[in-house]
Parts: sequence; C-alpha cells; structure tokens
Amino acid sequence: MIYEASPIAVTLFMFFVALVLGISFYFARKTKSAAGYFAAGGTIHWAVNGIAFAGDYLSAASFLGICGMIAFYGYDGFLYSIGYLSGWVVALFVVAEPMKRMGKYTFTDALDSKFNSKGIQLVAAISTLVVSMCYLIPQMVGAGALVTPLLGLPHWVGVTMVGAIVIFIVATAGMTSTTYVQFLKGGLLIIFSTLLTFYLMSNGLNLKPKEDYHEFKTLEAVVDNGTVSGVLDGYVVKDQKKIKDTTFVSLEKDNIKTWWRLKGTKLEETVSIENMANGEKLYNGEPKDKGTFFAVGHASKVIVNGKEVERSGSLGPITFLTTIEQSEIVRFTKTSFKQNDSKVSVWYQNVTSGAKIMRPGLKFPLDEESTFMQKLNFISLMLALFFGTAALPHILIRYYTVPSQKDARKSTIVAIAAIGFFYILTLYMGLGAMVNGVLDVESSNMSAPLLAKFFGVGLFSIISAIAFATVLGTVSGLIVAASGAVAHDLMDKFFAIKMTDRQKVKAGKTAAVVVGVIAILLGIMFKGTNVSFLVGWAFAVAASANLPAIIMLLFWKKTTAKGITYSILVGMISALAIIIVSPSMFDKYGFDPLTAPFGLDNPGIISIPLSFITLVIVSLLTQKDNAKLESQKEATA
Amino acid sequence: MEHGPAAKLEKDNASALKTKLGVKLFFVYAIIYAGFVFINTLSPSTMEIKVFAGLNLAVLYGFGLIVLAIVMGTIYNWVCTGYEDRMNKPENNKDEGEGS
Repeated sequence: MIYEASPIAVTLFMFFVALVLGISFYFARKTKSAAGYFAAGGTIHWAVNGIAFAGDYLSAASFLGICGMIAFYGYDGFLYSIGYLSGWVVALFVVAEPMKRMGKYTFTDALDSKFNSKGIQLVAAISTLVVSMCYLIPQMVGAGALVTPLLGLPHWVGVTMVGAIVIFIVATAGMTSTTYVQFLKGGLLIIFSTLLTFYLMSNGLNLKPKEDYHEFKTLEAVVDNGTVSGVLDGYVVKDQKKIKDTTFVSLEKDNIKTWWRLKGTKLEETVSIENMANGEKLYNGEPKDKGTFFAVGHASKVIVNGKEVERSGSLGPITFLTTIEQSEIVRFTKTSFKQNDSKVSVWYQNVTSGAKIMRPGLKFPLDEESTFMQKLNFISLMLALFFGTAALPHILIRYYTVPSQKDARKSTIVAIAAIGFFYILTLYMGLGAMVNGVLDVESSNMSAPLLAKFFGVGLFSIISAIAFATVLGTVSGLIVAASGAVAHDLMDKFFAIKMTDRQKVKAGKTAAVVVGVIAILLGIMFKGTNVSFLVGWAFAVAASANLPAIIMLLFWKKTTAKGITYSILVGMISALAIIIVSPSMFDKYGFDPLTAPFGLDNPGIISIPLSFITLVIVSLLTQKDNAKLESQKEATA
Repeated sequence: MEHGPAAKLEKDNASALKTKLGVKLFFVYAIIYAGFVFINTLSPSTMEIKVFAGLNLAVLYGFGLIVLAIVMGTIYNWVCTGYEDRMNKPENNKDEGEGS
C-alpha cells in the first residue's frame, strides 16, 4: 500500500520521542552506580514495576503481530495471546520470589548463586544474548513496519531510528529510564487499545465497511475444459496458471493486466503483485504510485439474530463476537507462482464462515486431515509459550528492580491483570481489522494501526506513536539484559576483569551500543516476517535453554553446576538447530519447505525435554562436585 | 563472590510454605491449560460448541484461562501475604541472620 505521512502523526511521534529522551536525560544524572544502571537500585514501586512489566512484555509481537495474525487467520492468532499470558502463571507461582532472592543484576547471578561456576557464567550469558537477539529481531521488524505509514519513511529508516533512540535510552540511564519508558508506554497502550475496541464495537459490522471501499468485480467467462477462452466487458485473456485445483487468469483492459480467480464459470477479482524480470514491480497491474493497491477485508454476509442485514448497528462485547461467528467473512489467501519470468503473488477472496474464524484451524491445521507432525507442531508452540515467559532474561531482570520478594510477587500480579486485559482486547482488534477493509495484504503487522486509521487520523497517530513507543520499551529492556550479560556476567564474572563501579557502568553502556547496532542490521534483514511468529522462536529458545536450569535448581537438590551448564547448552543448540532446518526457514532461504529435513517449525517439544534430561544425567554423573562444594562451604563457615 | 540481591532482603520464614502453595497452584493451572491444548489438538470441532450466551467453547475457554490466571494470582498473593504477616513478625526473626 501507499502510505502518506500526516502532520498530526509526525507531531505526535516527535512528542513521544522527546518525552522518552527527556525521561532518559532526567534519570541519567542519577545513575552512577552499577546497581542503579543494571537494576534501578532495587527501588521501583511494585505497582510501577507491574505496569513496566506489561510495557516490557507487550511488545511489537503482542500488539502488531497478534492483531495481524487474528486479522488474517482469526482465532488461531488469539492462541498466541492465551499462551503468552498463561506463561505468567509459571513466572508468578514458581520463579518470581526465588529469582528475587537469589539474583543481583542478571538471570546468570541467580543460576550461579550456589556454585560460582565459570561454566554457568559463560553459557548463561551466551543464552541471554541469544534469546535477547531472537526477541530483538521481531521488535526491530515491527519498528520498520510502523514508521512507513506513520512518517512515510522506508523500513530501514524506521529500524535505524528505533535502534538509535533505544541505544540512547539505555546508554544514558540503564534500567531506571527503561522502567519509566516501559511504564508510560504500557499504560498508554492499554488505555488507547480499550478506546479503539470501544469504537469498534460502536461501529458494528457492515457489508460495505467504508464509502471508498473497493467493489470487487465478478466476470462471466467462457470456459472449455477448465481453460478460459473468452470474457465479456472488454477484457482480453492474456495468461492462465493452474495451482493445484485453482486456476488464475490474467486479463488485460486499457493496457492494464490484472489477475482473476476462476470459480465455476465466473472470474473473481484478486489483489496481486507482479515482480517483472526487468525489476519493475506492478501492484494490481500498475506502478505503486498509481494507488490502485487497495486495502481489503470485509464481511460478505452480516447475520444478526439469524437475520441477514446490511449493518449490524452498535454491538456489545459478547454480541460483537457472536455476530462475527454467525456471519461470513471474506479473507484474502495468498498464493505465489512464476509466470513468463515474472514472480506473481496473488491474494484471492476466500469466503470463510464466522464459525470457522472463531475456532482454531485456519493457521494451524488441526482437523482430521491434518498430519501428526502438524499437531505436534501446535503442541510444541503452546508448550514453548507456556514455559518461555518465565525464562526470558529481560523479564527476569525486572525482579531485581523492586525492594523485596513481596514486591516481586505483587508486581507480577499487576502485570498479569494488565497483560491479560490487553490480550482479551487483541481478539476484538484483530477481528475488527479483518472486517473493516483496512488490511494491507503485504504486511499483517500493520493491521491494528490501520484499524485505528479507519476511525480517524488522530486515533491512528496516537496508536502508531504508542506502538512505536511499545517497540522502544521492549527493545530497551532487551538491550539492558544483553548489556548486563556482556558487562556483568562475562567481563566482570567470567573473565574477572577488575573494574570499578563506574567502569562497570561504562562497560554496560558500550555493550548496549554494540548490541543495538547488531539489532538494527538484523531488523533490516528480516523485513516482512510476522513478528509474533518470530517471537514464538525466542520463547522456544528461552524455554529450552533457561527454564529447565531454573526449575531444577529450585526443586532438585542434586543439581550440579555442570548439569546446569550442559542443560543450557543442549537446550539452546537443539532449539536453534531445529529452527534453522525447519520448513519455515527453508521457505525463507528460497527452498521448498517440504524438503526440510525436519518437519517441525517449533522446537520446544523436543528441545525442552532434552535439556531436562541432560541436566539430570550430567548432575547424577557429577555429584562429587556438590560434595566438594559442601565441604568447602563448611571449611569457610 | 558478589552475589545476592541489589536491595537488602529481610529474612523470610514463610518462603517454604509459599513455594509449596505456588507449586500446587501451578499444577492446577497447568492441567487446565493442557486440557485446552489437547481439545484444540485432538478435537478442534469441539471448540465450535456454543456454551454460554452464544459464545463458543474456544472463546470461553481462552478468556477463562486469562481470567483464571488473574484470579489465582490474586488468591495466591492474599494467602502468601497472610503467611508473611504471621511468620515474619520481628520476634520470629530474633537472633536470625539476613537472607534466607
């Protein structure tokens, strides 16, 4: 789609950036010590920490990714919301208080509190860096996707801008400024998402979502043995392509070629992008600046209380969902093929019953005809989401910013309430985007901001600026975690480099700049991938590498330092290896996904148990180490 | 070794009881979550069944898991605070060192 910058959007965006930079300047003067830089001195109020948790956790994946996935696949996107939220139960009931009790600045501190092991210090720091990087990529991709419609700038400029601002936030005041940026953005995101949902329900469902919504044409065709030989209305048949059971036909009129889908003896208009051999890119047969690449998504039947209507009128929280369930929605399904040296992507109309949209199955094939591997993939994803939250280093370090264990617990409950409420809103926002003619088929990530645009440029500008702040908040947290891993875990602990408190802060700031620059480069490389999908991988790596070590350290006395070290290594490497050879990555490399050596996209179901088993076996084999540690403690007591 | 929290912690006598309660509640929630995952995997069409006010099982179970997490968290906090108030009175911590 073509995006134009609006003056209100630019002004609001500048205001947010100025506010964030102001916060960083204010706290920079107060942040002199390592405790202040890495853990905000352990002085943050639990309620502020709770909302900051929400600000940290509700990343681009939650707002942009989940809403986008629901807008394109219905309920399946909401499964991410459920999984992400449920993971907080593990954090609250099992991890929160012990982590607070055992750690100082980083997750590595907690794991190593009993052992003082070089192995743990090294691999836990590497794991923190790997998980943070996996999580950083989608945030940066989201930033690039946002800046395009907000400021009319290219993707790479958005990524670079976020990177530069975040490096500034973290390098000035570390965890303190990060906390208040996250608090601010977490609060605003929830307030304005509630407002957007309210507008959405007041608007209800309409057959024609807006006055200028594109009217999709249907043409009568002459068909011989599945081949179109003629069409009326001045169209000339130029090309045909059969993909499985579906035929796509290229028609020309007024020197403009468009793609149509053959259904019986009728041709239905599609949305298409054609990458020509000469490098030219045509959107619905014309250059992009002609503006013919319209937004899509509408209801083909609106049914209220069993009656077909044109407009549903204002709806409540329950009737909004039940009306969608009874109605019929036109989704746009993508297919790609090569034709005469051109690469063609076609999004064709796919009329889907509301009942199918409101249950799982459109994204994750789970019905009778689905394969065992597809079902296993789904279980694996839900497992990683459940166990991943409590193992994310940037979430765990927030337990060190409050004064006590009680505060750690209370702030987690505030976080669960705020995040849970927001996740319920994602279902409404995603479904709203699906039926209001706002979807950009090129980028599912833009669904929620474009839905806000449907209700006016003012709301769009605010929502986009908040979404941008969302990225800033999460990326800041990730960079603090990564810089702690480098400066505190590796330089201070593992390499035992003698540093004063001030030098430690300087090392942390330098590490933040380096990690920030790497994140910018990766964000540019991964343009266009759904951000929630990428975060799913970060959860899988975190759950596989970190969670078994945390759980076993807390609940199994025979756990040894070597057991923890090897379990982190095996969990991390196996999860990454499965991801690298997964069908989704094969698709990204340009290979046929069916040729991937391993059919799983989500590694959790293999890598999490593998990590647990490794810890148990290695610990049992190295029990002598624990005995030695005990005798050393007794000798020094 | 410089490990230990950034902020100084008081001795917590309720720690063991809180851990036990946390683990029990975790298992209760995990079983309910596993039920959700298994119905979706083994019988996704069951999720279409209308359960309440025209809403299907998929929506109600999903919303239910989110609300349940908030409710269980609140109960957990309430019980834990009770343990702490009872067991961490100053006289209980007499002659004890810091940390737990």
